[in-house]
Amino acid sequence: MTKADAAVKTAKRRRKGSQFSGRDRTVFTLMVAVPTFFHVMLVWVPTLASIVFSFTDWKGFRFSDLNFVGFLNYQQIFTVFEKDFFQGVINNLTLLVFLFLGPTVLGMFLAYLLDKELKGGRIYQSIFYTPVVLSLAVVGFIWQSVMYSTENGLATELFGAGGEVNWLGDQSFLIPFSDNYGISKNFIAILIAIAWRHTGYIMVLYLAGMKSVDQALRESAALDGCNEWQAFRHVLFPTLKPINVVVAVITVIEALRAFDIIYVLNTPRRTQVLSILTTNNLLGEGGGNVGRGSAYAVLLFLLCIGFVIWYVTNHYRNSEFSK
Amino acid sequence: MTASNIAGTSRKLTPARVVLHVFLIAFAIIWLVPLFGAFYSSFRPFSETVNDGYFSLPDTFTLDNYRNAWEQGDILGRYWNTALVLVPALFLTLFFSSMVAFACSRFSWRFNIAFLVLFTSGNLLPQQIIVQPLFQMYNRIPLPEFLSNSERLNGSVWGLIFIHVAFQSGFCTFVLSNYMKLLPKELNEAAMVDGASVWRQYWSVIMPLTRPALAALATLEFTWIYNDFFWAVVLEQQGADRPITSSLANLGGEFFTDDNLIAAASVYVALPTLVVYLALQKHFIAGLTLGSTKG
Repeated sequence: MTKADAAVKTAKRRRKGSQFSGRDRTVFTLMVAVPTFFHVMLVWVPTLASIVFSFTDWKGFRFSDLNFVGFLNYQQIFTVFEKDFFQGVINNLTLLVFLFLGPTVLGMFLAYLLDKELKGGRIYQSIFYTPVVLSLAVVGFIWQSVMYSTENGLATELFGAGGEVNWLGDQSFLIPFSDNYGISKNFIAILIAIAWRHTGYIMVLYLAGMKSVDQALRESAALDGCNEWQAFRHVLFPTLKPINVVVAVITVIEALRAFDIIYVLNTPRRTQVLSILTTNNLLGEGGGNVGRGSAYAVLLFLLCIGFVIWYVTNHYRNSEFSK
Repeated sequence: MTASNIAGTSRKLTPARVVLHVFLIAFAIIWLVPLFGAFYSSFRPFSETVNDGYFSLPDTFTLDNYRNAWEQGDILGRYWNTALVLVPALFLTLFFSSMVAFACSRFSWRFNIAFLVLFTSGNLLPQQIIVQPLFQMYNRIPLPEFLSNSERLNGSVWGLIFIHVAFQSGFCTFVLSNYMKLLPKELNEAAMVDGASVWRQYWSVIMPLTRPALAALATLEFTWIYNDFFWAVVLEQQGADRPITSSLANLGGEFFTDDNLIAAASVYVALPTLVVYLALQKHFIAGLTLGSTKG
């Protein structure tokens, strides 16, 4: 047997049963184990710990002060703090619907226009995308001062009828659902700032998707006498399905775990979303209530996780990985 | 590009195109106004903005805000704090996730998909479910004084680096595994026939071919880690050690009276990401789309 034959034989053996040599085996194991150790220890172990903490009355100092209290925290959230919690859920859902109707539709439309290879298309693209690369701290500051400043922000000058408008502080409901629940005015002001930042992101995703659509497909649509809308609705849109899925996932996840920009713009910290409720309970002015904060976090987690698992398993089942 | 050259007629200026441009210009202006307002105010004294409004003609044009923000905000020190976290976090994230992606996409073994699911879903979790136990854990892990002033993982750059690596490696593993999966299978087989070790297959065969994806992810992760606000605020309680992005929140408190000073500081904060974005726009957009179109 020549040397090459032997090598082919080993290669075949390895391919079949992942029969690495001893050293390769160690290297391979380390390549997976070290990153996994970090990821599991710092992401998944804390997640499980939060679930455990949510059943305790822990205040976060010594473990000896920790008592298990069953579902007390959850019970309190749904009875004592129900107003905070349900208003938070309403705000998160409002954000979700708004992201779909506002930035997603607008972003898709802008992508559609820019896909026509206009003169200066790159410049428009850069302008719409710039807010996405800015830190949310910067975005928050810009809207707080330039746009929403009570005395001389642009929004005040344009719509304030010469007076002052407290855009970010007015918690009265613009769209009331009942006496206690609704969509507050300042939350709508925050939504507009979010749209300004989010649209460019969606636009770029769709633009890339549209660029990869076969040119022949469009030409045949034009030859068949489709008008602009028909061509979009029946030819272009169905081919964008993978992008639609990704945008849907991004939108749902971002709407549920939205934090930074709302945290920055919401200075009296009264207009809640779930992430801020959690953060305030965990690290709030009262020194923190780990038990209740964790219960909020778990509720937020439960809203996210079903969707995450559905998407991720679907992705790996339908992709190259299953072939 | 080529499509437009072939269909060269599409660039003719028809009335429909004019409407289209007017529409786009209108939106571009809406998008630029907040940016311009902040940028413009950073060159004016705050009293003037208060009296005349953000969009008024200037009486005074000054660089004072930039000078003051640079000194009072210790911008140079903050840039340094950021670099101390950002550079190692970026390299470690790409290194770790490329190894996992390589092992899970180039070899079929019992749990390879399970590991990818673990990493991908980890990145989609809300940070709030992680933060409290992480904080408690960091608080109980001692570090020698020469590694951290706080003598604990909490409040040290290491703590921040580790959580960025752990959290961001989820997304990068997802993107890189999708990318590596599409490289021809024969690459590994040929390398094995040549007797290349696993490490050589990773480092000398697959990694060079993954360069476009790595470049795209590097630009994307640069801005994400740079712009991080949440981890830094929670895990870095000492204001002086905070990276630049999260220190802007403190500046707001310290100089509450002077928004134009904060505007100048915001320009300092935004500058690195804007430069990276404008210089590497192509990679940037490739990075966003790699995660979505492949797979």
